[in-house]
Amino acid sequence: MKQELSKNKDVWAGVMFIAIGAAAMFIARDYRFGSALQMGPGYFPRILGGILILFGVAITAVGLKNSEKIAGRISLRAVIVLPLSLILFGYLMSHVSLLPALVAVIWGAAAAGRQFKLLEVSLLTVLLITLAVVVFVWGLRLPYPLIKGF
Amino acid sequence: MELFHNLIFGFSIAFSLQNLLYCFIGVLVGTLIGVLPGIGPLATIAMLLPVTYGIPPVAALIMVAGIYYGAMYGGSTTSILVNLPGETASVITCVDGYQMARQGRAGAALAIAALGSFFAGTVCTLIIAMFGPPLANMALKFSSVEYFSLMLMGLVTAAVLAQGSMLKSLAMTVLGLLLGIVGTDVAIGVKRFTFGFSELADGINFVTIAVGVFALTEIICNLGDPEETAVFTSEVGSLYPSRQELKQSIFPIIRGTSLGAFLGVLPGTTPAIAAFSSYMLEKKLAKDPSRFGNGAIEGVAGPEAANNADAQCKFIPMLTLGIPASGVMALMLGALMMQGITPGPTIMTQKPDLFWGLIASMWIGNLMLVVLNLPLLGIWVRLLKVPYRILFPAIMMFAAIGVYSTDNSAFDVYLAALFGILGLAWRMLGCSPIPMMLGFVLGPMLEENLRRALQVSEGDPLVFLARPISCAFIIVTVLVLILMMLPAIRKRHDDIAN
Repeated sequence: MKQELSKNKDVWAGVMFIAIGAAAMFIARDYRFGSALQMGPGYFPRILGGILILFGVAITAVGLKNSEKIAGRISLRAVIVLPLSLILFGYLMSHVSLLPALVAVIWGAAAAGRQFKLLEVSLLTVLLITLAVVVFVWGLRLPYPLIKGF
Repeated sequence: MELFHNLIFGFSIAFSLQNLLYCFIGVLVGTLIGVLPGIGPLATIAMLLPVTYGIPPVAALIMVAGIYYGAMYGGSTTSILVNLPGETASVITCVDGYQMARQGRAGAALAIAALGSFFAGTVCTLIIAMFGPPLANMALKFSSVEYFSLMLMGLVTAAVLAQGSMLKSLAMTVLGLLLGIVGTDVAIGVKRFTFGFSELADGINFVTIAVGVFALTEIICNLGDPEETAVFTSEVGSLYPSRQELKQSIFPIIRGTSLGAFLGVLPGTTPAIAAFSSYMLEKKLAKDPSRFGNGAIEGVAGPEAANNADAQCKFIPMLTLGIPASGVMALMLGALMMQGITPGPTIMTQKPDLFWGLIASMWIGNLMLVVLNLPLLGIWVRLLKVPYRILFPAIMMFAAIGVYSTDNSAFDVYLAALFGILGLAWRMLGCSPIPMMLGFVLGPMLEENLRRALQVSEGDPLVFLARPISCAFIIVTVLVLILMMLPAIRKRHDDIAN
């Protein structure tokens, strides 16, 4: 029974909504509620949070009735590496310059896949970087330094 | 005739060199992503939106629209030739289209798909031109009370008609509303839900969410599935359908167009749903239903017309009322707002060049697509040979640049990564991100209208029922909710949507 619950799609979804709704209401507790005539900043968020909790409860109830399993295979590698490569891109863009950032995101993305052929990825990187520079820096004149200082 | 003058005006705008160029780029990119599986119009438009900031709004809208309906054309090409739908909307075309290809009639299928889509495109251009202005005129008389009820109706209808569990879609809508509220409250100036991040003072950038949830999540999911290989058919055969095939296609095309146009105006339906519904309709009306699944031309003609009609008519609520009827429309709404334009009934009076230029260019785009697709077939098919492992780093790169360039902010990129993971969680839990997107885009406006409506009514919530138009919207909302809960209709809807 416990095993089933831990994979129950609707129960998890419902619990998630309850949590988010509760969090919203909690954070909004400091915002003035006001009245219907003069809605304060907390009016809408708290009502929405409450509605979300209600939906969450309903969904959880549905989940307890029928048990639909969470399905689908997920590549753990993709889940970790892909967002990381994006984060790395953001960091390098803001602290260094465009080229390292592009290398990071292209290599990082490729690394998240199942096949990683060094030559292929390197060629692809060169190609994509050229494309990006032509389209974005020369074409659209985005003001990004290619290498630090340029 | 005013309609005539307006259309001429629109064409004069659409035929400018710049707008023609952007139309061409749009339909080309659209066909490209329509052909390639693993990337769809939603993700593409999200990524390219920042690019549109630098170009004039008319050109931007024209290009983005081109991408949208271009993808409908591209998707059918691969469905027919290779049994691989490049686009969800083209899935149903695979059934009979591919069979026709195997019987050596691929050319006819492709031609009918293109012609059916073009017919739908032309008719819908006229529909928008005819019904847009009266609709907008009606909406000009709306006050915040009617707007609130209208938006509520739009959001609820979209959630209810969307794929998947109705409860979850409604919950996602509320979540979207909450996400839309993040930032500084316009009326009072209080920072809400910003967790101390100054970058969030202006709210979450919608490109950030869109790219995260639609592009990043999609790639993560695709990397989990084993790679499919395309099955190629040999000959395309003659591009000319036989007289009989033409005759058989006329009514399905007309029916498909009507069905698609009707569904197009409804929030929440997608071109895929329109295509599928058309298929079911044709099968039901056919004299010999057993032909379906074995290469019945009606199974290609109807759905193709329907998906194009739906895609184009989705613009109507957005342009005339400011209500996005789908995820893509929500993005376009966001794009317009970024350019300082508030979509809604005032567009027609304040920026008529935008409205009529867009409409005229939609027809031109359809024309370009018919001319483009058929000769360039070979190229599109060859593109399918590009393995996904080469494609997705490119998508990641465009996505990354797109998000960063919106505000030159690394924070946005970090957020996008977060939303990519969240999007994955939502997908695994069966929660559709599209209602969330709609809620996100409309959230601040919904609250604003609620606030004003309550001020006007001096705190009386019954004002929404007191005013007739608003009352009508509320009644429709409740009706839709009740109808969807009835088991019989629920089942039909679930069958079609899933």
